[in-house]
Amino acid sequence: MREQMPMGARITRITEESPSIRTFTFDLAIPFTPGQFVMVWVPGVDEVPMALSAENAITVQRVGEATAALFNLAVGDQIGIRGPFGNGFAVTGRTLAVGGGVGVAPLYPLAAAGSVEIFLLGARTAADLLFADRLGEACTLVTATDDGSAGHHGFVTHLLERVDPVDFDHICVCGPEGMMRAVLSILDREGCAERGQFALHRYMKCGIGICGSCCIDPDGLRVCRDGPVFTGDRLLASELGRYTRDASGRRKPL
Amino acid sequence: MVTLKPGPVTVGGVDLGNHLLLAAGVLGTTGASLARILDTGAGGVVTKSIGPVPKEGHAGPCVVTVDGGVLNAMGLPNPSSEFVQELDRVRGRPVVVSIFGGTPEEFSTVAGWFTQAAAGFELNVSCPHAEGYGAALGSDPAMIEACTRAVSRLDLPTWVKLTPNVTDIAACGRAAERGGATAIVAINTVRAMRISTALRRPVLGNRFGGLSGPAIFPIAVRCVYDLYEACSVPIVGCGGVASADNVVEMMMAGASAVEIGSAVQGDVGIFGTIAADLYSPDGIEPQEIVGCAHA
Ligand SMILES: Cc1cc2nc3c(=O)[nH]c(=O)nc-3n(C[C@H](O)[C@H](O)[C@H](O)COP(=O)(O)O)c2cc1C
Ligand code: FES
Repeated sequence: MREQMPMGARITRITEESPSIRTFTFDLAIPFTPGQFVMVWVPGVDEVPMALSAENAITVQRVGEATAALFNLAVGDQIGIRGPFGNGFAVTGRTLAVGGGVGVAPLYPLAAAGSVEIFLLGARTAADLLFADRLGEACTLVTATDDGSAGHHGFVTHLLERVDPVDFDHICVCGPEGMMRAVLSILDREGCAERGQFALHRYMKCGIGICGSCCIDPDGLRVCRDGPVFTGDRLLASELGRYTRDASGRRKPL
Repeated sequence: MVTLKPGPVTVGGVDLGNHLLLAAGVLGTTGASLARILDTGAGGVVTKSIGPVPKEGHAGPCVVTVDGGVLNAMGLPNPSSEFVQELDRVRGRPVVVSIFGGTPEEFSTVAGWFTQAAAGFELNVSCPHAEGYGAALGSDPAMIEACTRAVSRLDLPTWVKLTPNVTDIAACGRAAERGGATAIVAINTVRAMRISTALRRPVLGNRFGGLSGPAIFPIAVRCVYDLYEACSVPIVGCGGVASADNVVEMMMAGASAVEIGSAVQGDVGIFGTIAADLYSPDGIEPQEIVGCAHA
């Protein structure tokens, strides 16, 4: 068993990406595959999983106690990092990316590496579109907002009607559960569910595939270790978009 | 290496597919996960420990890997009675339900929810890091006996899992036996702690926790050996088992079956891997080696 104590990391920069999303850059470079995540320890508070948005950064939406505590940290403060964990995206040929909200974070390094041809980016408003400028430089960017303040007025899934998913070898997806389930349904309808690569998010206590808190139905796959990226065919019959489990293991409808 | 004749076994009243069980609290939070482990070759599974009320567990970090083992302080997170529905998925299969409570009454209440779904119970009187539960009760033989009696009354196989963090584990085993235990499980994790030198504080959210994995295997072998001398009910060995040879060694110390937890970290298919090494058609009768080191 390889020792893997949390590494100390000092925050060197905090970037406000949108009203509710910030990027925390730290003084530690972690070699990783886009889609992999780290366990981020906010001392005295909790430890939570976060996708790496760069080898030395995480991009965080304020949602609960631990993320609120992260938002209270300043440049120079220290956090603990374990990882990287999980499998990450695996792409070779033509790749389409579909990202919604803070789910863009794990997809961004994939695009930054030049692996994405077209990026469908969605958010609630223009101000919430994450990494839009940088994505526009890295690939062909098409946007959608719920309120119509930028790009297509409506869901990012509507944009999938404008491109033909079957033209791509991989469709990499991360975002809210409902959006991911909707994308999966479209891919299934087009007969290419197995080309989808979905980065899932579940409550996690260990990150190393032993505690069982992140297991999904009906196959008992561990999001932290067997995932977090799963091909669409393995998710068709899954709980994705229907329910999740909380810290105690109780089911919560989505 | 010694190989064993394959085939089902009955240990402490529970019918198992082979001698290898999944240990409590490891990949045992959902029915689907338990089914997956059974499908990969485990002869039985023990669930996450279930208590009288839902618990979220301790703040993280809850688990870190250290040299030779895993350090954890999960804090007994569990969905309580809602766990009954999880077990629909593994109905009729060898599922031992691990339960905990703060009093004998709570143990019997929780056990009562699972009388239809469980092949047997495992009483967690041994978790080293949950205030008022686990080892807080399990270092007192009178309390072990009372909790065991409260559950064994239900007439289902009742295994009692002991903590190594006591002076005399044999006294705890005898207390469980007096309470009606059909088997003794040993051991739960060993009290332990690590400090992050980078952050100058204990690495676990709960500050201290329990050590599992290969580092505690010699401790577990010693406990099983002592219990085999002290008790007449079967012993289930647990702690650091990671290979077929470890299984054989546990059995020679006195174990009739073993539980495996931390080793799933390296290989989620560990049960199939070990079974392939451990069993062969021309193997010896398992009973021949149980406790043979005491001769
Ligand atoms: C993450 C984790 C969670 C555990 N949860 C429980 C639990 O809920 N109930 C229990 O009786 N033991 C629990 N244990 C202890 C194990 O069942 C086992 O006794 C211990 O880990 C030693 O076995 P091993 O070295 O094969 O892991 C847990 C262990 C780990 C590592
Ligand atoms: S978080 Fe523990 S198994 Fe995935």
